[in-house]
Amino acid sequence: MSELPSRARCVVIGAGIVGNSLVYHLARLGWRDLVQLDKGPLPNPGGSTGHASNFIFPVDHSREMTDLTLDSMRQYKELGVFTESGGIEVARTQARMQELQRRMASSKAWGIDSEIVAPARVAELVPYLDPSVVIGGFHTPSVGVVDSLRAGTIMRERAQQMGALSVHAGVEIVGLDVEAGRIRRVRTDRGDIEADTVVIACGVWSPRLARMAGATIPLTPAVHQMISVGPVPQFADTVGEITFPIIRDMDTFCYERQHGGDLEVGSYAHRAILYDPEEIPSIAEATLSPTELPFTSDDFDTQLEQALELMPDVLGNPAVGIRYAINGLLSLTPDGAPVLGETPEVKGLWSAAAVWIKEGPGVGRTLAEWMVEGTPEIDPHSSDVARFYPTQRTRAHVRARTGEAFNKTYGIVHPAEQWTSDRDVRLSPMYASERDLGAVFFETAGWERPFWYESNAALLDKYGDAVMPRAAEWDSRWWSPIINAEHLAMREAAGLVDLSAFNIFDVLGPGALDTVQRVAVAQMDVPVGRVVYTPVLNEAGGIKSDLTIMRLGHEHFRVVTGGLHGNADRKWFADHAPADGTAQVVDQTNAFTTIGLWGPRARDILASVTGADLAHDSFAFGTCREIEVGSQVALASRISYVGELGWELYVSFEQGARLWQTLLDTGGPHGLVPVGIGVYGTTGRLEKGYRAHGAELDLERSLVECGLARPKVKGQDFVGRAAHLEQRDADPVTTLCTLTVDDHTSADGTKRYMLGGEPVLTVDGGPITDKRGHRSYVTSAGSAPSLGKHLLMTYLPPEQAVEGTALRVEYLGEQYPVTVARVGATSLFDPANDRIRG
Amino acid sequence: MRVLVCVKRVPGASGRVTLTEDGRGVDARHVGWTVSPHEESAVECAVQTVEADGGSATVLTVGPEESLDQMRDALAMGVGAAVLVEADAESWGPADVAAAIADVVAASRDAGQPYDLLLFGNEAGDTADFQVGVRVAYRLGLPVVTGVKTFEVKDGRLLVRRDGQDGVEVFDVPTPAVLTIREGGVVPRYPSVPGRIRAKKAPVERVTPTVQPVGNGRVVLTLPPESTKTVQILGRGSDAAPAVVDLFERLGLVQR
Repeated sequence: MSELPSRARCVVIGAGIVGNSLVYHLARLGWRDLVQLDKGPLPNPGGSTGHASNFIFPVDHSREMTDLTLDSMRQYKELGVFTESGGIEVARTQARMQELQRRMASSKAWGIDSEIVAPARVAELVPYLDPSVVIGGFHTPSVGVVDSLRAGTIMRERAQQMGALSVHAGVEIVGLDVEAGRIRRVRTDRGDIEADTVVIACGVWSPRLARMAGATIPLTPAVHQMISVGPVPQFADTVGEITFPIIRDMDTFCYERQHGGDLEVGSYAHRAILYDPEEIPSIAEATLSPTELPFTSDDFDTQLEQALELMPDVLGNPAVGIRYAINGLLSLTPDGAPVLGETPEVKGLWSAAAVWIKEGPGVGRTLAEWMVEGTPEIDPHSSDVARFYPTQRTRAHVRARTGEAFNKTYGIVHPAEQWTSDRDVRLSPMYASERDLGAVFFETAGWERPFWYESNAALLDKYGDAVMPRAAEWDSRWWSPIINAEHLAMREAAGLVDLSAFNIFDVLGPGALDTVQRVAVAQMDVPVGRVVYTPVLNEAGGIKSDLTIMRLGHEHFRVVTGGLHGNADRKWFADHAPADGTAQVVDQTNAFTTIGLWGPRARDILASVTGADLAHDSFAFGTCREIEVGSQVALASRISYVGELGWELYVSFEQGARLWQTLLDTGGPHGLVPVGIGVYGTTGRLEKGYRAHGAELDLERSLVECGLARPKVKGQDFVGRAAHLEQRDADPVTTLCTLTVDDHTSADGTKRYMLGGEPVLTVDGGPITDKRGHRSYVTSAGSAPSLGKHLLMTYLPPEQAVEGTALRVEYLGEQYPVTVARVGATSLFDPANDRIRG
Repeated sequence: MRVLVCVKRVPGASGRVTLTEDGRGVDARHVGWTVSPHEESAVECAVQTVEADGGSATVLTVGPEESLDQMRDALAMGVGAAVLVEADAESWGPADVAAAIADVVAASRDAGQPYDLLLFGNEAGDTADFQVGVRVAYRLGLPVVTGVKTFEVKDGRLLVRRDGQDGVEVFDVPTPAVLTIREGGVVPRYPSVPGRIRAKKAPVERVTPTVQPVGNGRVVLTLPPESTKTVQILGRGSDAAPAVVDLFERLGLVQR
């Protein structure tokens, strides 16, 4: 046995697909003195990689996951371990057929060749499938299988050949030492290794390892059942591992794929069978491997019958036996995305967990770029381990959500679909009032947020067709025309919005100005009482976030950002605070609640409860100050995300309910209504052309492209400044535009309304691709009731980014005419911002 | 020929054996439940006998409700019916189990549905008592041959061949008779998908035993000290081939 080194530049724990690709990419990017450890033997240490079915369907509704998968496929091909087989997702129901049309849209949006095929064509490609059972299929010829163990071995060996890596199998981790919030050492049964960077790439065991350092990696080991049957006579004359396309029988949540002479049938249909990482057997205790547990056949009974229905010629053959059957363990997360990045709890401790074979090498590359350069090419924000709030890291939450998520693996999941488990966790002080008003709650970052209020249903009659009702069930699922009615009422009089889900943190101390100045693109050396909206960039000039910062004192800044990404934002500020401790980042999210009051009557309403001077000149846009509302003190900030005169009012959490009620009562006679996030996040925002992080803004876009570049760049240095200056000098590859839908009428006469994610096409129906190879797709979609239009945002290359250009959008298999209504950030509604001035 | 094949639900034995907290049983949490390879061969013999000569095959177990899983495995392989003798078999000894089985067989005979052939595994997969088959035969006054790998049915009699130390022993056995089967003579088939679906729907006859169990006399189980494994790397790539061939030869897997 080789001696463990006593020091390492970086220790990677785990030799599955993720750990192996990570060590290769770290080596490729120049890191040396890497040490890779695994408790199990090589090349198959016994984790989920070892029993994976190893097939890859590239099309996913998430662009991030698709990009990671496509990058992985390129890498597998380069490694020589990819076999293209094609793959077909088949539908048994009309609802699924519609979902396949959505897959088709995603494939066009991400640039993958796919086609919708008839049952006869499916049977032509897969002759042992009974075409009478299905009504259609979604065929992607580039689907294939990989040898993930071989890929891992090659990548590991490449890193060794570069002289960058030493690999040690059979080493058990017994501790991870943290000193002053930073990882210092990995303790093993064969000695200790000092290291400032440690990566946990341990799949289903990752939570156990993270806990050794006081960190959390929120995932659950969960069973995925698979059987292998053979020998299949239909495969007798085929050569190699796979000849026939892989079938995903989507409505039964099963897949069937050739593996040499056998057919593998896997299922995501059985009850969720969740484990604790502590319950996983050791290598010695396990029958096959620690992640191949004894098959529980009862759970598979229904799937057997359904698979038999689809492939009677193979599975009905009594000579074809079930030769292998396992309850295989894989990693599930509460939101289905991987868990990547530096843990918020421990500096230098990284997570590379909950990664499937299909995205493994892409994750390895992305994480390596993130670790070495800080600027991953693919934006992994949906996978960032920092996205989880404390309540979302609890075992109870992780178990509840993964239990609910398991059967969604092949499910039809509406883009706005809400979770049903573990709700009512984070409640605003106004929650009781909102419930009484018939709020329909959606969840963000654990917060219950009203999306609309049934109490406003009476407004539907008032506004009639102006609420743009939607006839199609899919378009109106998780939606209500009341949202649009609330929008019109706000524009007519005023709306009151619960914004408690904001993430709020203070930057304090003598180094506070330097810290925010270094992070923010906007000038932060502003007078006390100013509110600054600013993007935040990474070194490559990619957009990390956009948020507002209030200067509350000489050494006191308050950052307000969205709940979804706020935890990662706070980590970003903390990471950029000076090492000498002269600036501190302090979470204030749970100290303050925020109420938005906007609309033409907002000033009148607020003036009737406060003696403060609210006149335009004395309380200017972009300023904040404390005002008295009766016996309450609120920090009022005059900004708007909905394009109306008004304020965000911050009060300490325990006072929120009273301020809310005061404003509701006082505002009622002025026509004020409670307004949900449906307005705040979509209709109000889109009419004003405001960009949203995760939709229009991400690391792969520049400020120039999204139209947020300011006329001048501040002189002080900030993260991404050099890259931003270069971007300003270059011609934009793509520009964010707003489109209007010209005709919503579908073939059957129903008016259809896009929801986002759809491909934007030329008038001939051809794809639009920018110079980076990115296709144009709808980044945000929603009603603009004040314009009487349905608006779509999309990035377009210069040729198409011309106002008046006619284009098409494909939605559920049909194309609709659209027009480029706006290029850049100027809003379609109230372009001069007169209403905000009031 | 009416064949009855008896199986016992036992913990899987391919991982490290772990004992339950009280030390009186084996913890099957990680290894699952199964029947011994001998019993898998006995089931295969039962199915082959019926396929060749007609008749019916029935699987029987003495055990808890969960033992249905193991009987369904046999049903999926082609056995036609199942009898569950409901008992807390953990505390039963081989004599108790044999008595309960003998009662079922006798009751069948008395009802005019006699079994012609009773098949057992040579020994239990967990306790390895080597007793139940012999005891059933003794109780019913039937001939018994133990350690059988293969047999033939000829004119209602059994032609049994058994490898002995100094040659092959041949038995000509009248039926009804008891055989205890050793693995290695037949290859147990994998269950097919239709077999599995049929097994799920197959009826199970439940019997409440009247036996007053005397128990197994077991106080506690202890594990032998773990033997440490050593790994010898024979070489890398094609250079390792001669060493592998040498090893195979030593193990008797290949001959030069």
